[in-house]
Amino acid sequence: MSASKMVLTFPKDKIGKPIVYKLIKDFNLSFNIMKASITPDQEGHMVLELDGDKAEIDKGIKHLKDEGVKIDPLSKEIKVNWDKCTQCTACVSICPTDALYVKDRQTMEMAFDPEKCIACELCIRPCPPRAIEVHF
Amino acid sequence: MAKTIAEINEKIKSGKAVVVNAEEIIEIVAKKGVEQAAKEVDVVTTGTFGPMCSSGAYFNFGHTKPKIKAGGGKALLNNVPVYAGWAAVDLYIGATIAAQDDPLNKIHPGEFAYGGAHVIEDLVAGKDVRLQVEAYGTDCYPRKHLDSWINIKDLNEAVLFNSRNAYQNYNVAVNLSDKTIYTYLGTLKPKIGNANYCSAGQLSPLLNDPYYKTLGIGTRIWLGGGIGYIAWQGTQHNPHAPRLANGVTKRPAGTLAVIGDLKEMSPKWIKGVSFVGYGVSLNVGIGIPIPILNEEILKYTAIKDEEIIAAIVDYSDAYPNGKSDILGEVDYKTVKSGEIEVKGKKVPTSGISSYKAALEIANDLKESIKKGKFLLTEKVADLPVGDTAPKFKPLKERPVKEGM
Ligand code: SF4
Ligand code: SF4
Repeated sequence: MSASKMVLTFPKDKIGKPIVYKLIKDFNLSFNIMKASITPDQEGHMVLELDGDKAEIDKGIKHLKDEGVKIDPLSKEIKVNWDKCTQCTACVSICPTDALYVKDRQTMEMAFDPEKCIACELCIRPCPPRAIEVHF
Repeated sequence: MAKTIAEINEKIKSGKAVVVNAEEIIEIVAKKGVEQAAKEVDVVTTGTFGPMCSSGAYFNFGHTKPKIKAGGGKALLNNVPVYAGWAAVDLYIGATIAAQDDPLNKIHPGEFAYGGAHVIEDLVAGKDVRLQVEAYGTDCYPRKHLDSWINIKDLNEAVLFNSRNAYQNYNVAVNLSDKTIYTYLGTLKPKIGNANYCSAGQLSPLLNDPYYKTLGIGTRIWLGGGIGYIAWQGTQHNPHAPRLANGVTKRPAGTLAVIGDLKEMSPKWIKGVSFVGYGVSLNVGIGIPIPILNEEILKYTAIKDEEIIAAIVDYSDAYPNGKSDILGEVDYKTVKSGEIEVKGKKVPTSGISSYKAALEIANDLKESIKKGKFLLTEKVADLPVGDTAPKFKPLKERPVKEGM
């Protein structure tokens, strides 16, 4: 058994079709929808975690692709909303990778290096004004 | 040569006052010496911006037709309970109250995403806020229900009134236990995994006037981006905390109760915050001008981070159990370097109060004074200090026996 997380993008003509449902029925996969935003007549996005036999997962992915669904590996993006950030530095000692750091110890000004961020989300809740956002 | 506040105000009015912030004064004194600096500088500005739980606001929402008496009934603002124990249409909202349906810490650690502090921020930001009132009805106030949007601009009065702000120094918090703990000083990692502090240090108002010589009841201050006043000493005001020779209190000491017109404030400086596992609080910006009346007062304002000492306290045991043990003392220069040593271990530090914002406040106040928009005031009465000041006591618990 293995699990994999991915981002699905549905073209607008496929919205409303039971494409995802087939994953259970035809490929014996279980899935967990982590995030979904589907607006009628527009593209739809879904973050999905697929669980099941590796070979079946590959078949399931092929089925989705055949249906015109675009598949990308899950990449969460962490962003700091600097308008909300109070520059308190509370996140600095929480972040395990120094992605959040004080760039100038004289002025105590904060900075964020997305290159270093591993999207562990440990910083999200300890930020008092909730200025750190997870974007999918 | 001593100056008076009236003389300084004359200089401010004519645009000639020399105003610097509490960081700049350090270098000026180092270069020119105390005597010369005291002659040249008229005002030193201070600032602080951190969570201040004992904050709140009261307002008068105006009478309805027919009239309703919220007083003695129940009221909600954006689903957050507000205090309705005053007259008909006066309400008080405290910063720390969570929304009515908040699960609190039932699933630990709770989020505390929205509460009184956020309502206050929304009001200040000019957003519409939903007011719901349930009243019991009287002959003179017959109405029993009200469900209406309100906006700060339509309120008769909206006043920020905080019973304890601007702590003179604070603890540096660590966690000796082997699990993460969630406190008002932030998330503390197990086995002294981090250390959190909460003071603007050399910029902090009360650390720059440690015996409250120039500031007191009636002093005009910069509050939340608007104008406020020191109303009283804050709750838990404790001038008896141990002091260094320079007057600096080594433990949490003096506090201020402050008041000001909420309508004039800015959501940048009145900001709702959520401490995971702890609760809601309000970040409040405060700036206090210190008139340089003589060399002694100037000397206090020239205090620097390396001369301010705080206690390192374990928040997994000593703090919650009211034990006075500390794990050591450390100065703010070291704290702000990003790493301190506790029990032989190198520990990364984080702030809870924002130094950068404190500097911005001190600079904003400085500019207002320079432009003649902010005049200094004589205090009306002193804050308690010295032997006659009341002591800060714990509760002398007298358990109530069953059946009494
Ligand atoms: S998500 Fe993790 S790695 Fe990224 S900034 Fe937050 S704590 Fe650091
Ligand atoms: S904890 Fe939040 S508010 Fe504080 S510095 Fe980090 S991002 Fe900014």
